[in-house]
Amino acid sequence: MDPVLLSRIQFAANISFHILFPAITIALAWVLLYFKLRFNRSGDAQWMAAYRFWVKVFALSFALGVVSGVTMSFQFGTNWPGFMQVVGNIAGPLLAYEVLTAFFLEATFLAIMLFGSERVSNRVHTLATVLVAAGTTFSAFWILALNSWMHTPAGFEMRDGVAHATDWWAVIFNPSMPYRLTHMLIASGLTGAFLVAGVSAYRWLQGDRKPDVLAAMRTGTYLAALLIPVQILVGDLHGLNSLEHQPAKVAAMEGLWKTERGAAAVLFGIPDEQERKTHFEIAIPKLASLYLVHSWEGEVKGLNEFARHPPVAPVFFAFRLMVGIGVLMLLVSWATAWRLYRTGEPGTRHARVLVAMTFSGWLAVLAGWYTTEIGRQPWLVEGVLTTAQAATTAPGAMIALSLTMYLVLYAALIAAYVSVLFYLARKAGKEGPPEEPILGTSTPALPKEAANA
Amino acid sequence: MPDLSAPAGWLPVVFMVLMGISMLAYVVLDGYDLGVGILLRRAADPEKDLMIASIGPFWDANETWLVLGIGILLVAFPLAHGVILTSLYLPVAVMLLGLILRGVAFDFRAKARAHHKPLWDRTFYAGSLIASLAQGTMLGLTVVGFDYSVTNLAFALLIGFGLAAGYALLGATWLIIKSEGELQLKAVRWARASLWLTALGIAGVSIATPLVSTRIFDKWFSLTVLPLLLPIPLATAILFFVVERSLRRLPKRLSEGNEYGAWIPFASTVGIFFLAFYGLAYSLFPYLVIDRITIWQAASAPESLMFILVGTAIVLPAILGYTVFAYRVFWGKTRQLTYG
Repeated sequence: MDPVLLSRIQFAANISFHILFPAITIALAWVLLYFKLRFNRSGDAQWMAAYRFWVKVFALSFALGVVSGVTMSFQFGTNWPGFMQVVGNIAGPLLAYEVLTAFFLEATFLAIMLFGSERVSNRVHTLATVLVAAGTTFSAFWILALNSWMHTPAGFEMRDGVAHATDWWAVIFNPSMPYRLTHMLIASGLTGAFLVAGVSAYRWLQGDRKPDVLAAMRTGTYLAALLIPVQILVGDLHGLNSLEHQPAKVAAMEGLWKTERGAAAVLFGIPDEQERKTHFEIAIPKLASLYLVHSWEGEVKGLNEFARHPPVAPVFFAFRLMVGIGVLMLLVSWATAWRLYRTGEPGTRHARVLVAMTFSGWLAVLAGWYTTEIGRQPWLVEGVLTTAQAATTAPGAMIALSLTMYLVLYAALIAAYVSVLFYLARKAGKEGPPEEPILGTSTPALPKEAANA
Repeated sequence: MPDLSAPAGWLPVVFMVLMGISMLAYVVLDGYDLGVGILLRRAADPEKDLMIASIGPFWDANETWLVLGIGILLVAFPLAHGVILTSLYLPVAVMLLGLILRGVAFDFRAKARAHHKPLWDRTFYAGSLIASLAQGTMLGLTVVGFDYSVTNLAFALLIGFGLAAGYALLGATWLIIKSEGELQLKAVRWARASLWLTALGIAGVSIATPLVSTRIFDKWFSLTVLPLLLPIPLATAILFFVVERSLRRLPKRLSEGNEYGAWIPFASTVGIFFLAFYGLAYSLFPYLVIDRITIWQAASAPESLMFILVGTAIVLPAILGYTVFAYRVFWGKTRQLTYG
């Protein structure tokens, strides 16, 4: 098989698997800090209990993120040697800063956060939690700077076919970076919020009515209800930014073939690249022009204007999936938040919906990434380097072998992760009410969990 | 050799040193926790928890040195990164499989259903062993310049076993420091068993490297430098002797509750790794791919290296500082780990 296609599938598989876990841990780290601070201020044991449960989920998610992240760092070289040869001068420093400012910080202080509460003061333990949360966010900052640069490269010049930085500030804060970073951080917030709300609802449905379960459910639901309208706004701004810099991508997202004034917003349809039209189109007239150029009669460029444009169908569907989940998130979080606010309890139906939405963040994140990354094709770095130019010379059979290995492994690990997550939730339900806090005292209050690494 | 007073001359050297430090830090630090993983199968069930607890707070940061080392190769020497990793495609994939299995088993074993724990323990053992063997094989293939002949492959696999034994030695001597009682005595026995295979691996690399390349042969065996270089193999031999003697004496002393010298085997093993690494680095310099690509040919643009160097100079001392802090927090004999 074609090594380029195989490399793309393998990289997509790896990065898709990887992003699931940072999407959780970036937000969950801050949620844990929130639990910790609430406990520090009130001394209320429910916050410590919530912290203790979710820190386990955090540790597990973090471990999966680390191991899949190590894999990624090798695949730049094994599968995309051309990437580093052409844009290594730009990509390299950004990756280096991620390792230096984020990875060591997270890894070292995670140990203190997880296992150190009896060995350091509460103040240092809180500080460790802050540093882990900051580390996860720094990591997102650098990697999104690099990713954004691949979409909207700036601050460089080409010499002898190799990119050289001329202005690091422009490289890092390239045109799409502020939008993409914000969009991703909020996406992580939503992923974490629905995970916390969903697993808490699951515990509640299992009959686990301890105060920390409701506290966590409320935290997750309110956080989601707060973030989703902001996300819709930021997503719209991000789209406008893409329209300015990557109009072909936006045309593919909209399924718009011909340049039009007063372009319609296509709700659904089946794009056909052979016939260059969208079948079974359901559309609202003039709406796309309104939200893209803010005028009913504004002109939007169609795909036919571009000599090279991304494959239309995957971008078109992925975008609709993301928006669809976003709308669902809005409805569910607001309805549940209202109910929790009014009655203090979720009710069986709300709880079941929350459980169903536990991993909705994952779907939305993946759909969003597919939209933007496939939307960048055929470029690897927009206007600088195509994907095919960067691919490895390793034989297809070898890539097929490693790809199969990764796919089997990742499927098994996701199954194990989800199963253990709900197992932990059930196990927590069988334990007694939250113990007295151990911090600040010398007697450990939890039964020793053997080597709970 | 290019003009070392110009940035394009000295920056690659600085980054080679930084990469060397990261790789050595990785080999020693992740080496002991991979080693503990390799030894896990030989321990009784209650001991397993303690063994895992002894590396629990450290393994993640230890592995980050690999990301930094490979990251520096990637960012400072992109040309060599592509060549090396494409040449090592399969062993790298196998190593990653091992590291993934190990990393997740570590967490799953404590959180999954109790009857799945033995399965995750076996996964942890297998992952540690696979990663170690693959890393040794990669080292062997690097030494022979990525020339895939049957003899070279056999040699690389031998180095694979040698490095796995070296990691087991590091792991066992680490456990001597961190454990007590029966487990500690077992660790002494494990260390003795892995000592000779480690020596064989180091001897293998030392003999093979000059044979692969006449340039390296000349670098070592000329009358002007040989007296200066002789201390390297000599000191290595002495350290092996020190470890051996210490391991012979420790069981009696430890069973009397006397911890005196319990850290000697670990410290000496680290010394052995340091010397072996130094010797190898001397052989390779200034090549990243033996006799094909030098550090200057493979280096990134000076303005990029400078940008990284500024950050490194600020951040690396901080990293070292809080790493020392973390080791101090978890200093002393390992107890069971609890969350909180």
